[in-house]
Amino acid sequence: MKEINLDYAAAAPLDKRVVEKMIPFFTEYYGNPSSGHTLGEKPKSAIEDAREAVANLVGAEPKNIIFTASVSEANNLVIKGLVKAGKKRGNHLIASSIEHFSVLNQLKTLEKEGYRVTLLPVDNYGMVDPKDLEAAIDDQTILISIQTANSEIGTIQPIAELTAVAREHDIPFHTDAAAAAGWIELDVEAMGVDLLSLAGDQFYGPKGSAALYIRRGVRLMPQVEGGIQEKGLRAGTENVPAIVGLGEAAKIAKETMPDRAGKLAAIRDQLKESLLEAIPNLHLNGHPEQRLPHNLNLSVEFVEGEALLMRLQMAGIYVSSGSSCTSQALKSSHVLSAIGRPPELAQGSLQLTLGPGSSAEDIPYITEQLSEIAALLRNMSPLYHQHLKEEKTNASVQ
Amino acid sequence: MPQYSDKVMDHFTKPRNIGEVEEPDGVGEVGNPVCGDMMKFTIKVKDNRIEDVKYLTFGCGAAIAVSSMVSEMAKGKTLEEAKKITNKQVAEELGGLPGNKMHCSNLGADALHNAIDDYMAKDKASAG
Repeated sequence: MKEINLDYAAAAPLDKRVVEKMIPFFTEYYGNPSSGHTLGEKPKSAIEDAREAVANLVGAEPKNIIFTASVSEANNLVIKGLVKAGKKRGNHLIASSIEHFSVLNQLKTLEKEGYRVTLLPVDNYGMVDPKDLEAAIDDQTILISIQTANSEIGTIQPIAELTAVAREHDIPFHTDAAAAAGWIELDVEAMGVDLLSLAGDQFYGPKGSAALYIRRGVRLMPQVEGGIQEKGLRAGTENVPAIVGLGEAAKIAKETMPDRAGKLAAIRDQLKESLLEAIPNLHLNGHPEQRLPHNLNLSVEFVEGEALLMRLQMAGIYVSSGSSCTSQALKSSHVLSAIGRPPELAQGSLQLTLGPGSSAEDIPYITEQLSEIAALLRNMSPLYHQHLKEEKTNASVQ
Repeated sequence: MPQYSDKVMDHFTKPRNIGEVEEPDGVGEVGNPVCGDMMKFTIKVKDNRIEDVKYLTFGCGAAIAVSSMVSEMAKGKTLEEAKKITNKQVAEELGGLPGNKMHCSNLGADALHNAIDDYMAKDKASAG
């Protein structure tokens, strides 16, 4: 059976050039970068090359980049590290209500410890309004954390407008760019951010590779203490192959971004139009234009996401959903709820993300399969039958 | 996605008795879109037996399989027998359900019982 991956944001195959670059660092250049002898030289210089490539991807200086094992870890270093370093300055933190759980769950914990947290609302497209940020700031605010783009619905935030507000009050601004890095142009100066996290596995690099940009003058307390790797901010022997892979993936992303993103955006737009035309009561989630090029999120009204996911899998199509049943916590997506989607639409959401294997040739098959599956599940849905009855009543009234 | 038994997959891919019976004698509903599962059972009763039973279900794979299994188990049973069907029995008949599906999706017997109660209440009202 044909297999079509529409879940590349969950995991994508590594770019072969990335793998080739990594391989010698497992066996040939296996040395420890901290060693004083020759064996450490090549790994050490490879890490610095990777740092330069990552810095280049986000318009930063290499000396302001440190490596971590995941964006979750980087986000923990930012929030915990900044709170610890800035205890005397204040007790208030601000984030958007659609951040990743690696931000939101830390804030929940801090709230229990007595910190105050403001989660900014978003509009129906998932955008934060700079006016809401302005209103939330007080003299105790020590950190603002707003993602560059949302991994689930793809909406890109007006980061420069938001950081302008933060700058007026001289408050550090962090952006989780996990979903955006490698896909849209990022420049820490133009964006005006003080901290930025990104992950290699989101742009065809290895899992377990991530980085954090830290503007000069922003003080963080290390969360993993030990040796003085990564300027003492993250102890532990460096994962050299992963860092090398991240560097290579960043280099390729920088060089090929307009072409790579443009190609996937074109397929995504065709897929969107094809599905919206074929399936009635199908709703686009997220911003129609200000969104990641490889992301599409749709709600199939009247049906539930796990049933859709299982049926699509039987047809060889792999997707994600924001439904309760597909989440470990059995809760439907906080992002869809924040953009005002009622529960039944959140339950029927499909997150489709494109990647290296995506092709416009698959669109007719995907459209045919999803149309059939939606019709089949709607036929057994009490919500759909209720909708049909209401339509009938409305028609007879008119 | 959880690991489902072959029986669950069979009922999910080929659900039995979908729909609503015409002029139902009893209607029973459970769940809501917030938790992610909704079931509506309709029954036709003749001589104290469930002559026909159909359902509409909004929900995950487990919820659909549970509804289908309940409809099969209830058909032809007396109302007393049908009232004795438990959610646990339904799960057992399906070869088990993943732990996190035992509560939210395994509500088919409740929906069936609600339909029987609805019938009994109406029956009582018309007799009285």
